[in-house]
Amino acid sequence: MNHVESTVRGASKSAAAIDRAKAQGRAALIGYLPAGYPSVEDTIAAGIALAENGADLIEIGIPYSDPVMDGHVIQAATTEALAAGFHVQQVFDVVRGITSKTDAAVLVMTYWNPVVRMGVDEFSRQLADAGGAGLITPDLIPDEASEWMAASDKYGLDRVFLVAPSSSPERMKRTVEASRGFVYAVSIMGVTGARTSVSSAAKDVVAAAHAAGAERVCVGLGVSNADQVREIAAYADGVIVGTALVVAIRDGGVNAVASLTKDLSTGLTKEEA
Amino acid sequence: MVRLMVDAPAAGSDESAVDAFLQGGESLRHAPGPYFGSYGGRWMPESLIAALDELEDTFQKAKADPEFTAQIAELNKNYSGRPSLLTEAKRFAEHAGGVRIFLKREDLNHTGSHKINNVLGQALLAKRMGKTRVIAETGAGQHGVASATAAALMGLECVVYMGAEDCRRQSLNVARMELLGATVIPVTNGSQTLKDAINEALRDWVANVDNTHYLLGTAAGAHPFPAMVRYFHEVIGDEARAQILEQTGRLPDAVCACIGGGSNAIGIFHGFLDDPSVRIYGFEAGGDGVETGRHAATITLGKPGVLHGARSYLMQDDDGQTIESHSISAGLDYPGVGPEHSYLADIGRVSYEPITDSEAMDAFRLLCRTEGIIPAIESAHALAGAIKVGQRLAAEAETSGSKAADKIVVVNLSGRGDKDVATAAEWFDLLDKDSPEHEIAKEGEQL
Repeated sequence: MNHVESTVRGASKSAAAIDRAKAQGRAALIGYLPAGYPSVEDTIAAGIALAENGADLIEIGIPYSDPVMDGHVIQAATTEALAAGFHVQQVFDVVRGITSKTDAAVLVMTYWNPVVRMGVDEFSRQLADAGGAGLITPDLIPDEASEWMAASDKYGLDRVFLVAPSSSPERMKRTVEASRGFVYAVSIMGVTGARTSVSSAAKDVVAAAHAAGAERVCVGLGVSNADQVREIAAYADGVIVGTALVVAIRDGGVNAVASLTKDLSTGLTKEEA
Repeated sequence: MVRLMVDAPAAGSDESAVDAFLQGGESLRHAPGPYFGSYGGRWMPESLIAALDELEDTFQKAKADPEFTAQIAELNKNYSGRPSLLTEAKRFAEHAGGVRIFLKREDLNHTGSHKINNVLGQALLAKRMGKTRVIAETGAGQHGVASATAAALMGLECVVYMGAEDCRRQSLNVARMELLGATVIPVTNGSQTLKDAINEALRDWVANVDNTHYLLGTAAGAHPFPAMVRYFHEVIGDEARAQILEQTGRLPDAVCACIGGGSNAIGIFHGFLDDPSVRIYGFEAGGDGVETGRHAATITLGKPGVLHGARSYLMQDDDGQTIESHSISAGLDYPGVGPEHSYLADIGRVSYEPITDSEAMDAFRLLCRTEGIIPAIESAHALAGAIKVGQRLAAEAETSGSKAADKIVVVNLSGRGDKDVATAAEWFDLLDKDSPEHEIAKEGEQL
């Protein structure tokens, strides 16, 4: 593939959502929620609240038994969802519940084994059918993604791979070329969790991804408040908030998600350099 | 790059397929990875790929560097005590159909198991990479103790992640690691056992990869770990093959080892993979019995999936969630298995069979009483399997008119059983009900 983030079949829903924000002179806001926490209905309600209060894209996480890229807050939430009986199949109910009520692009964030177990093609078919935009894959690198490349092309889904401060220029280029929709720039070397400051490495990762040809690069890991959103919005195309939203739904339910989203979205406007 | 992503056929031995494979002149030895058939690979976060690349590069250069191989040989000889002995177990063999049984004595290595082979190699690589800190996961504590030992020897900081439940049932090993200068961090996530310790070690590694090497303890995980860990354990099979030839003048009829992640097994198997006359057996932990669901028989009953960086057989439910494994042996209590084993199972070169807790403990006691050797409970699974294999070989001998005493079985005695005395004493009801050991063992049993 010569051109990056190509649209193999149909337009990329994630790219469209980010471009709408860009047309308004701001970065996009991407909010993460774990499916089934504290219940499937709550996840749908919280997803709608995210969209109604300023989130452009929504990332729904599939609870998984071995979440190696997640910190304590998200681990605790997903463990609770699994203990309450969450099944992978229900992620499509969550996606459908949100896409039927909002214009937000809804992506699923998943560790790879649940997809393997269902079958990559079957998972992709059901995700597309539910109105999903694509997948964010924290433990799948393009080198291992041949099945997913084929299925995502077939069903017109976005492939959001991660790039990190440790990514070599060669890997950066390869990952950007394999991605569709946007590229997820990991802000720091670490796992998910709110941090008091966003590392300076994030800006370099975004610059490297842009230099490698990525049109849209969004930054995640450690972002929890409007000031951090503002800092990142100055150089990235989107800002991803996870743990802070999980804390909000844990401690204050859907209303707390709504008010945090509203607050986070105040940081999105790009300041003139 | 050719990879078959279809579900693999059921594991099992198809000798004609193996013969065809071996007669085709293709060696099964020294498989370099990242793929073993459709297994292996790197199902890992991008953040760690640079570290895996650095490790692979360092490992490849080290293997080709006479200075490094000499360092390993020197440590093996003068620190670990290699070559380990090959001991004929004549009285034990009377219970195995009368075949001849030889024990590869990895229990006699420094720290009491095969684990030392791998940790010395990886600690040297850590030094070559300029890393100052190593982290490790441990189940029973054997790999944690071995890692702490290598770190102490080479002046590296060492942090060991250990499931909180495992810390309780192996409290003396926690003390042992701390005596060696390591920090032991109990892991309270998930099932609080080995797989969760690996998860936590991976989280540490992502955050500290600049100065830290993850000293993975088994031949599993992302490339280059499976091929690299095997490389450091190949000495087991190389020695065993030479020793059995020297002692008996011929190759064995069968080689047996226990399998958790599978590092001791791949080490001894490797020496015999290209010898078509040698049947190879891996014995998985059958726990309460594979029909009960409480077991760790990954290849016997698992399905291909991805966990901890590799595609391999995996104990998982219909949603792809990892199922908790169960075994009396903490070292075999892991729901995954090294990818090379999955491949060897599919092509039929190695037969994998489950051994229940009860069968393993019977063999444990038998070896104690017939040979004066207390084996690790992990290794007792291989001994129990060897009894079955011996009886089968004896029956074959009778049918063909030859003698059972002409059949030879080599068993990898991967570790000594000192660490398991409390568990064994409880199992055989040897403890005073009021003793603290009784309490510790009881808690272990409940897992």
